[in-house]
Amino acid sequence: MSEVLMDMQNLAKHFTLAVNFLGKPTAVLKAVDDVSFSITKGEAFGLVGESGCGKTTLGKILVNLYSPTSGKIFFAGKDLTVLNAEQRRAYCKDIQMIFQDPYASLNPKMTIGDIIAEPIIINRLLPKSQVEERVIYLLNCVGLARHQRNRYPHEFSGGQRQRVGIARALAVEPKLIVCDEPVSALDVSIQAQVLNLLDDLQAEFGLTYLFIAHGLNVVKHISDRVGVMYLGKLVEIAPKRELYANPLHPYTQALLSAIPVINPAKKKERIILQGDVPSPINPPAGCRFCSRCFKELQQCQLNAPLLQEVAPEHWVACHLFGAVKA
Amino acid sequence: MLLEVKGLSTEFKLKRGIVKAVDNISFTIDKGEILAIVGESGSGKSVTSLSIMGLLQKPGRIAGGEILFKTQDLNKLSQKELQKIRGNKISMIFQEPMTSLNPVWRIKTQIMESIRTHLQVSQHEALERTIAMLDTVGIPSAAQRANDYPHQMSGGMRQRVMTAMALACEPELLIADEPTTALDVTIQAQILELLYRMREKFHMAVLLITHDLGVVSEAADRVIVMYCGKIMEEADVRTLFSTPLHPYTVGLLQSIPQLDADSDERLYMIKGMVPNPLNMPPGCPFSDRCDHSMQRCSQEMPQLQDIAGHKVRCFLYEGGVRVK
Amino acid sequence: MKLKQISPLDKNLLQAAEYVEKPESQLRAMWDTLRQNKAAVVGLFIIGCLVLIALTVWLSELLGKQILPYDPNYSDMSKSFVWPNATHWFGTDQLGRDLFSRILDGTKISLFVGVAAVALSLTVGVILGAIAGYRGGRTDAVIMRLMDMMLAIPSILLAIAFMAAFGKGLDKAIFAIGLVSIPEYARIVRGSILAVKENDYVQAAKIIGNRPRRIIRKHILPNVISVIVVRATLGISTAVLDTAALGFLGLGVQPPFAEWGDMLGRARGFIFTAPYTLIFPGIAITITVLAFNLLGDGLRDALDPKSRIK
Repeated sequence: MSEVLMDMQNLAKHFTLAVNFLGKPTAVLKAVDDVSFSITKGEAFGLVGESGCGKTTLGKILVNLYSPTSGKIFFAGKDLTVLNAEQRRAYCKDIQMIFQDPYASLNPKMTIGDIIAEPIIINRLLPKSQVEERVIYLLNCVGLARHQRNRYPHEFSGGQRQRVGIARALAVEPKLIVCDEPVSALDVSIQAQVLNLLDDLQAEFGLTYLFIAHGLNVVKHISDRVGVMYLGKLVEIAPKRELYANPLHPYTQALLSAIPVINPAKKKERIILQGDVPSPINPPAGCRFCSRCFKELQQCQLNAPLLQEVAPEHWVACHLFGAVKA
Repeated sequence: MLLEVKGLSTEFKLKRGIVKAVDNISFTIDKGEILAIVGESGSGKSVTSLSIMGLLQKPGRIAGGEILFKTQDLNKLSQKELQKIRGNKISMIFQEPMTSLNPVWRIKTQIMESIRTHLQVSQHEALERTIAMLDTVGIPSAAQRANDYPHQMSGGMRQRVMTAMALACEPELLIADEPTTALDVTIQAQILELLYRMREKFHMAVLLITHDLGVVSEAADRVIVMYCGKIMEEADVRTLFSTPLHPYTVGLLQSIPQLDADSDERLYMIKGMVPNPLNMPPGCPFSDRCDHSMQRCSQEMPQLQDIAGHKVRCFLYEGGVRVK
Repeated sequence: MKLKQISPLDKNLLQAAEYVEKPESQLRAMWDTLRQNKAAVVGLFIIGCLVLIALTVWLSELLGKQILPYDPNYSDMSKSFVWPNATHWFGTDQLGRDLFSRILDGTKISLFVGVAAVALSLTVGVILGAIAGYRGGRTDAVIMRLMDMMLAIPSILLAIAFMAAFGKGLDKAIFAIGLVSIPEYARIVRGSILAVKENDYVQAAKIIGNRPRRIIRKHILPNVISVIVVRATLGISTAVLDTAALGFLGLGVQPPFAEWGDMLGRARGFIFTAPYTLIFPGIAITITVLAFNLLGDGLRDALDPKSRIK
């Protein structure tokens, strides 16, 4: 279980939004800034954060939609960042993605059978004669009826489309699937169906997930470890039980407390954060959370805390825990 | 009693047939009460709010029923008379605050305009009131931010502005249609807290439309669960969450991943999906997804019955007791 | 074989009774919507008639048979300026040629030049626009600035300059008219591609390992094709007008070919003595342009998925 599948080291992605007349950048959006963590084979790693925290950007770097500004990505021990486009494409087969919006992630001009068959055909994974059989098998895996494979996406509901998206990702037998908020656009009763499906598929195919979500309650169900991001930085990583039982970073505490409890008799004391997430274009110096933090120390505004292990496997980036090792 | 909806039905006439988006629903809202209507997409919850506001777009139309605001039937008023009530006695906030604010005007201009169309006040008074209102909804340095344009504000700030605008004329009823759906969790908590505070302050009633049972549990006094245009269950919030009766409500509650539950079990799932509105089963609309479905469920429609103030539409509770 | 074998148990399952739904025809759905738009159906009907006329005239010419009431190029000076009557329905022109026959004959030229010019500008424009839109960056800047330069010159002026440089004639007219509308197609295609490119399914196509050329061909172009089809239909009407304008200026198709613009141009001195020599070619141009515009507008509605849902 402890074999590392994907290891990210000091990963960063900066978007240049404006340049001056000499071509020097004047506004840089640091979507992902110096993030390091690793995903173990067979686990589901939950990545949580609010909009603009860089979680989706990080996911897109892993599937090669963006190339990182700096940092290294080791996949099964191999550095992906030094490969050229053609060599990198060979790894498509191993890292796939499931998208948030089931209405935008399927080509409306292709039948769902063709959508699922496409990754097999372009990567030449099976002889032509076996493609159709495989498509039926995949439809079966995700709980769709085989006779529907000649239909177009607009004839399906959101939940069914999400299943097609999952089948497409499964078609190449990937090792890692980046799930970018796969249930947040779905109705409550359908969310549970899709989450359970992802659970079953993980067991059946031995998949590893990077599960991106904005709420801590959804990832709680599916993930083994959880990382919390805020403004491009990873602020806390811990095994699931540890994180939910003993959240250390003030932001994690606030996120947990913001989740409405499905029990009106048990109204809890709630931490309500003041203000909004600052713009990632001009993040606060020092700790990025200090403008909203309710436990702010003097040094928080001055220097950024580093991610350090404060308990076994529990990492947190906060000055409340230990001194900064420079 | 502030608002009483009696037998409201709203239809959409499409080429392929008539969709009954809202089918004969009745409910009331008292002064100062927060009533939540919860349902999934296609349940008719938003159409209900649009019907009350008289904002239905073609091909939708109210096919029957009364919407009594105090004693006035809103359905019988002309658009002009409705205009007077809308934004004044009844206001609305929407899911996507950006599309409801005009991008070319400063926010103070928009709020002042809404004040001055309904109240006889001077320009100066309207401005004062605007700034006071922005301050109340928690916008820091309100006098300066009042000069901003909508795009200069974040999503949470815009929703506050929308709320300020809606509350500027001190309405008696606020209809909030998915007010927090487009917002982040930490911002959602802020807005819900704001709604609660405003209710205390202005003593208005709120009709909260949402798909999120968490939001309902946090904010509402009473809950209506809608499914396929029908009311399936209605109860005060504590009763509904502690003893839900309808299998649909029970299923919904169980299928939400909860923080305090042991998370390694499988989630409960409601099987299947919402039936096609053009091809509704003759009986209970939930019958083909229900774990307790009986033969008669798919043949006849159960009535909404009142069991000591807890209303439920299900054959399991005929005669006021649960039949097994 | 690079994928795992499907287990025998699952295989049995897959061999269960086979029943597959037929794919819904997208053309069919489009036609169903188009049919409901009366104006578009009228446009389509007129275009059908025009094409039929053009084909018949062209075929009969090939076979050396005369289908038209008179030889459109046969001049009988003794019969010049005959007002419309039972034998000459539209009258005769200054050289005594039968106007009705000439107008029917002109259909062939107008449609051919219109379609050919659009085909030319469409091909070049779509390729340029697709490259600019998909690649972005410097490629985009170079291509689009070039297009902007072309757009800065009035198109008819550009066409005239082209004809002046390369001489008159049918082929050159097609080139000139096609050339001047390239920027328009390039811009429309680029704009649509920029919009479609943002969709998750294009990103998904990248992730599963598609190469850029296939992404454009399979995932982007099919989703902008409706915009292109609408634009091309409307473009034919512009091309028909441009042809007539060149003809009117004496730069287009050369006599003795009957061409509507050319007929107008040569008859303009007789506007008071024989107005019908201008009116009938004018009506022919108007009807053709109108028909393509009606069809184009109808197609826009039929191909827009938002309006098709209703």
